[in-house]
Order: sequence, then C-alpha cells, then structure tokens
Amino acid sequence: MTDIAQPTRTKKDFASDQEVRWCPGCGDYAILNALQKHMAESGADPAKTVFVSGIGCSSRFPYYMNTYGFHTIHGRAPAVATGVKVANPELDVWIVTGDGDSLSIGGNHLAHILRRNLDVNILMFNNEIYGLTKGQYSPTSPVGTKKKSTPMGSIDRPFEPAQFAVGSQATFVARTIDQDMKHMSKTLQAAAAHKGTSFIEILQNCVIFNKDFYANTVEKKVRPDRTVDLVAGEPMIYGADRDKGLRFNGFTVERCAAEEADVWRPDTPSHAPTVLIAGMRDDPEMPVPVGILRSVEAPVYETGVNAQVEDAIATKGAGDLKDLVYDGEIWTVD
Amino acid sequence: MTPPTAQDTSAGELPLQQLDRVVIRFAGDSGDGMQVTGNQFTRTSALFGNDLATLPDFPAEIRAPVGTRPGVSGFQLQFSSSDIHTPGDQPDVLVAMNPAALMVNIGTLKTGGIVIVNNDAFKSTDLKKAKCETNPLEDGSLDGFRVIEVGINSRVSEALADSPLSNKDKQRCKNFYTLGLMYWVYSRPLEPTLEWLEEKFKGKDDLIAANQTALRAGYNAGDIRELFQGQYEVPKATLQPGTYRNVMGNQALAIGLVAGARLAGLKPVYCSYPITPASSVLEFLAGYKNHGVVTIQSEDEIAAICSAIGASFAGTLGMTGTSGPGMALKGEAMGLAISTELPLVIVDVQRAGPSTGMPTKVEQSDLLSSIFGRNGDAPMPVVAISKPSDAFELSIEACRIAVQYMTPVILLSDNFIANGAEPWALPDLESLEPFPVQFTTEKTEDFQSFGRDEKLARPWVKPGTEGMEFRIGGLEKAPSSNISYDPDNHQAMTDIRHQKVRNVADSIPTPEVHGADSGDLLVLGWGSTVGILRQAVENARANGQSVSRIHLTHVWPLPHGLDEIFARFKAILIPEMNVAQMTYLLRGELPDHNYIPFNKVTGQPFLVTEVEAEIKRVLDEHAGA
Repeated sequence: MTDIAQPTRTKKDFASDQEVRWCPGCGDYAILNALQKHMAESGADPAKTVFVSGIGCSSRFPYYMNTYGFHTIHGRAPAVATGVKVANPELDVWIVTGDGDSLSIGGNHLAHILRRNLDVNILMFNNEIYGLTKGQYSPTSPVGTKKKSTPMGSIDRPFEPAQFAVGSQATFVARTIDQDMKHMSKTLQAAAAHKGTSFIEILQNCVIFNKDFYANTVEKKVRPDRTVDLVAGEPMIYGADRDKGLRFNGFTVERCAAEEADVWRPDTPSHAPTVLIAGMRDDPEMPVPVGILRSVEAPVYETGVNAQVEDAIATKGAGDLKDLVYDGEIWTVD
Repeated sequence: MTPPTAQDTSAGELPLQQLDRVVIRFAGDSGDGMQVTGNQFTRTSALFGNDLATLPDFPAEIRAPVGTRPGVSGFQLQFSSSDIHTPGDQPDVLVAMNPAALMVNIGTLKTGGIVIVNNDAFKSTDLKKAKCETNPLEDGSLDGFRVIEVGINSRVSEALADSPLSNKDKQRCKNFYTLGLMYWVYSRPLEPTLEWLEEKFKGKDDLIAANQTALRAGYNAGDIRELFQGQYEVPKATLQPGTYRNVMGNQALAIGLVAGARLAGLKPVYCSYPITPASSVLEFLAGYKNHGVVTIQSEDEIAAICSAIGASFAGTLGMTGTSGPGMALKGEAMGLAISTELPLVIVDVQRAGPSTGMPTKVEQSDLLSSIFGRNGDAPMPVVAISKPSDAFELSIEACRIAVQYMTPVILLSDNFIANGAEPWALPDLESLEPFPVQFTTEKTEDFQSFGRDEKLARPWVKPGTEGMEFRIGGLEKAPSSNISYDPDNHQAMTDIRHQKVRNVADSIPTPEVHGADSGDLLVLGWGSTVGILRQAVENARANGQSVSRIHLTHVWPLPHGLDEIFARFKAILIPEMNVAQMTYLLRGELPDHNYIPFNKVTGQPFLVTEVEAEIKRVLDEHAGA
C-alpha cells in the first residue's frame, strides 16, 4: 500500500453541484455528510472514487458526490460494481443501497458479491420501509407492519441483515446509526481499511413513511441501555452506567453483570458469534448491537481474476491474435 | 453426383467409386458419443480437403433414459468435392446404434440409402425401450433401403479382448469402431483421429489403446468383411485458394470478440451465466486468458449484463452472452446501457420457442425482441451472424459499432451456427482495420458528458481521469449528464438516441444481390439460413427461374439501398425460422414492396427442397407475368 496522503481536500470538495433532494429531516443527509467528511479526512482522490447505486431514495447518493458515479437499476449495484472493480481494481468503489434494493430485488447480487469478497464498501441504509414507492413494508420490516400494501399487517419474517451477510460469507459486517456522526465516521474508517467487501448497515430514519421507527433504540435517553457498541478485543458492556454485560452460553447470548461479560471477537473462524449477536434484535429485552460485527481476512475476487490473466500470460506468453485464429489443424489450398 | 446405392454383390473386385458429395447421419444414444464421432469425421474430412457443413442435433437432456427415443443424439454432415452450403436435406447413409436412433431418423434417409445398424442392440428389451412393437430389422420397415447389419457390441468386445478396461468401458469404444468402419467406406485417413485420441486421453494409456484398437478394428472390418461391396471416395474440394481451418460458430465468435476488443485497443471483459447453446462462448474465452481476456461467470443473467456494463463504464469493453430466456432477463439492463450510452456487446445464440422452449434446437425468433424488446423507446443496433465462418468478422463488427457509436449492440447467432462446423478461410490479420478508442481526458470549454460527435456518439470518459468526474444513470439526463425531467430535453434525447442508431447505417455496406439485379423474385434471408437459401436459389436459377438472393448481416438498422434493390423485383420471398418477423419489420420500414413470408419453426433448419418448392409456388402465383 502507498502512504496515506495528507488530506488536502475538504468536505466541500466532495459535494457535487447538484441540489440535494431528499425530504427535509431525512437521515440520508447525515450519512452524506459523514461520507463527504470521511472522504476528505481519508485523503480520497475523487477521480479514483466511484459510487455505484441501485434504485431507491438512498440510491440518489452518487449524484451528490463529486466523484465518479453510476446510478444503475434496481438491486443491481453489486453486479455493476463487480464489473467496475474487476475492470479497474485501482478504483475505490462504494455501493449505496437500501433495505429493499439490497435485500429484496437485489438479494441475489448482495449474496454473491459478499461471497466473492470484492474489495468494495457497501452502505446499506436500513429504514425498514420502501420510501421511493411511498411507504410499503420492506424485507426488514417487523412482522405485523401495517402499511398501505399490508393493511392487516405484514406476515413474512424480516431479514436480519448481518445474519444474511455472514451467511453469504461476508468478511466485514458493521452496523451504525445515522444520528451518531462519531460512530458513523469510526465505522466508515474501519470499513474503508478492510480489504474485501465491507457491509455496513446504517439505521436510517425515514421521516415520512417510518418516522422514528428506531426511536426506542437510538434516542439519546434510551440508547445506552438499548444498544451495545461492539469493539474487537473489548468486553461486551453497555448501559448508561456501563454496568450491563453480555456473554455467550452455548448457542444463546445472555445478559450478565459487566464484569462477567465476554470479550467480543469479530474474527473467530466461525461466524456463529455474529449470528447470535445479530439475532438479539429480535428480543426486546436485549440490546441492539452496533459496531463491528464481523471482520476476517479472505482472498479478494478482483485480485484473483486479474492474477489468473497475469499467470496465463506468464506461463503461455502474451497471446497474439494469430495464435488464436491460426490454431489447430490448418491447411492451405493453392 | 449419384449417392451410394446398392451394388451388384456378385462383383469380384472391390471397386473404388468416386462420389461428388455424401451426407452421413450418425445417430445413437446421447451417451453413445455420436457428437464426438461426427466431429471426428468432420475434422478428418476437413483435413482431407473436402468442403463440408454439419448439423448437430442433440437432446437437451444430458442423458435421457438409455435406449429411448427422446435420448437420441444425432450428427449429420455433408462432405463434398465441390462447393456446398448446407448439411444436406436427406442423408445418404444413416448409422443407427440402436432401435430408437433408427426409428427417429429413418424417415429422413434418402430412398435407396444405406442404413448401418448395430444389430447387437435390437434385443427385445432394446425394442421395448424404443417403443417398437416389432423388430424393424424384420418387419419390413427398412424395405427400400440397403441395410447393413453389424454386431458392433460383439465386434468391439472381441477386438478389445486383451484390454484391461472393464466391459462397460470397452463398450464405450463402440463409437470409434463405427467411425473406423465409416472411414473405410469413405477412404478417410485414420491418423488425425489416432492422434486426437492420444491428446484427448493423455496419461490414460489404456483408454488411448482401446479406442485406437476399436477404430482400427472398425476400419479393418470394412476391408475384410466385404460388407460394403466397395469403397467410395469423395475427392478434395476445390475451395478458394487460402489457408483454412475447421471451426465451430461459437469458437469463431469468441475469437472474433477477442479480435474486436484488440482492434478497439481495449481489454475484453466477458460476463456470462451458462445457458445452452451459448455456454461454450464463455468456456472458449475463459481459455484465452493469456490474450488478456477477463471472464466472469456471473450469478445470473442480470448480473452478467450488469457487470459487463460496469466494465464498460470503467473503460474496458464489456461483453455478455446468452440465449433467448437470458435476453428476456437482461432487458432492463440493456435499457440502462442504452440510456447511459455505454458500449457493450450482447451475444444472443438463439434457440427455439418461448420460455425454455427447445434449448438445443434452432430458431430465429429473437429478431424483433432484439430490435424492440425493451421498455421505453430503446433502440439498439443488431448484427446477425449467418455461418460459423463469418462469426469472426461479424463479432468484430459488433465491437466496432459498439465503440464507435457508444451503444450496446446485439450480436445474433443461433444453435445451428453455434454448434455447426465448416472450413474457415482464415483472414489476413494484417488487413483488419483497427478502430482504436480515444478516451476523453480533458475538458474543453464546451465539454458535456452527453455532448455529440458527428455520428452523434457521446464522449467516453473513464473513471480515474483527473478533473472529469461525472455521474450517469438510467434516469433521463440533460447533455451535462445531470438528471432532467424537462419535457423538451426528453424529446431531444429520445430523438438523438434513435438517430444515433440510424446513423450506424452510414457505416455499413449495402448487401450484394446474388444473381441478376432485377427479376421476378428476390429471396431475402438473414442468419443461418444462408447456405440453404443459396443452394435453393442456385438450383432455381439452374432451372431457368428468374430468382435472385440477398442476405442481411445488419438487421438493425437496415442498410441503405434496400428500397432501390427491392423495387427491381416483382416479389420478395422471406424464408425465416420464425413467424414472419423480418417480413413484419420490412413491411413497416420499406412498405412499398410485395413481401411473401415463408416460415418454419420445427426446431430444424429448412430443407433446400422445401425452399425450392416455395420459390416455384411463389413464382407461379405471384411473380409470373
């Protein structure tokens, strides 16, 4: 790796000239702000940065970044990004998506980009609702969500994004919150540093169709008791007084005193701890985990693809078109 | 010209009789290796110097139940000492490895033709599997044909008595015994196949030895057993001077894509999801990595085209390939490539029917969906390959159009071309004209991401270029590339996208009229019907009929000059393997002519005789005085 350049650009340099058109109060503004700040602070080069998105409110994101950007079609950003990154591995590729775009129509591509471990960062804005189509339930909405398309409540069980991700062999999974700039910045930094696909779920407020759906988790007053910030190598402690802890007991996670808490290890060979920890969200008695939920090393797809081309050239020699055309048994007619 | 027919069995010496052309059809179980047998016969005949054309005809099932009619796999080839254009309407010789193969194919055999049957495979259980109530070898089904019975199972067992292979593996050498027998009959050399076996089974000496022994045993059986009362010879064809190789359509297509990218100065990135009959394009390209080819086997059809679009966005040449069902899935993404005006080559190796249809059978029914089958007004150039030997050139052409006009291009092929083989007169590579891409790297004062050159193509800026950052997407855009819902802008952008594709016609030649440039009837074709139509029209002209022929390689936009050509004929006959799609297109585009559709959708190519009969019918009814 080259030396990290000293930041010479400001947040403003990463803002495009386009007017931002999300609803007033939308959580997306905070995320855009965090991203532009991260880009400036990390010394990113706008010319070498590409934002790829699908369809949905979140997917308008690339238009607001003064980098290269590709607003593609619904659910397919991971597939487009795969082509971009394989074609030019030097580009820093970010995917911006939502819960519907990534887990509903684009579920297949999300699963496959994660298992391939392309070196890109995926920002999944989760507001548990379809915003752009005006308020239908999403694949992360809780059972019983009553919206226009589900007047009697939704029936299907939601995906837990982190479990979906690790089930797809994700090498980096994190969760953060749009209202917490500091936590977002820290998480973006860790994701950017990870070599391989980084999947970041950002709990994001849709003020129009699912306003404050996460209020009882993230509001200042309740947050210390309702969330646990997982940090690698540190005990799983939470609570306003830092007196609550979590520990594993077989295949369950249970609450305990802070001093009895297990140390969080997102890099265990098995992804079982992530599955168990992420599953706490189903239990109203348990805190919602945020922070780094999984972080392991694995070979990176585009490196492997391009290495095969280089290996083939090294062993067979750089191919000449003539070798392909005039191949096999040829004969001449005079 | 006469096909082999029954000879006087009392003749003492084995005569060597010369034939101009022979059509053989090998047929057996899909596990019997008939495609290998056919391909080996093809290869040997090509090396020998015959002109040839092939028609593989296999089931979609990898191994349908043994001995049943749905499991029959066939391979037909015509080889000749003169110029031929088709695999032949009716075989002169049918090789049938079991009753099912016999019953499925006997109807196509020429009257008086030879049937070689493996009579070891006609036991009562075999007959039952093939749903034969009586034994066709005994019940008169084969009256009128010359039947040669050979106990191939027994002969192979005897020949391989000393081989260490299991009995089951020994029986798998049956196809080479059969091939050896046919090599003797048609005086073919054994060496190319002997050498091929050594390469194919490298390191497996027992398999090499057994198959080589079976091949020789078959050959010697012909020599010794006097089964055939004579040998035939099909002398070398007088092909145009040049250097030749034998090539299958999908391979020539794959090589053409590599060449096209190279002429554009770009890295080819081919992303595809396996689908019959397009999969081998991916497989060939995956073998060309030392030519700088990047391949991705995507998770689905949509991912494949989207990754190819991403690759083009990043400044390489994105390509994808599929068949009809995959084309349907790729529709939305094609629209994205049209809207963002990125170069892309989309290969569609057409197969028969809607939905899954008949995956291994031939049809030309994706024409209109290729031209029009997307949401919104979404025009795209479409190029159609007509035979294995022009797949190379037209793949290059698709790449050229894509990069020069900044547009996705559909390259149509079909199952007949994809798996068919013929001698390919190899091009002089020095004469291929490069069309290097010039990326835009600097902003002139009036630069716009969707500004236009004289062809109406937009500039191509690749990510990584300093100071040129821009955003694109599938939303309607202003020339600046920013989103625009302005009504006038949408009208203007729609018009430009259409005109740009129309402008492609300025860069393509007017197709040649074969035969007189005016007359009673013009036969118009596109795609893999070319050889059949050529033969049928040549025959009709030999009969004194006023018929000419034209064949389209660029099916959208249509080349300039067609209106003038069509006006010189009383009627235009359009044979197509679909329900009149080209006729429909021409009636809309060039309405002032008398088009007569002639359509066949059986999953099998036209027969020359069918087209000849239709030409006659049309001349009698429409084009006469």
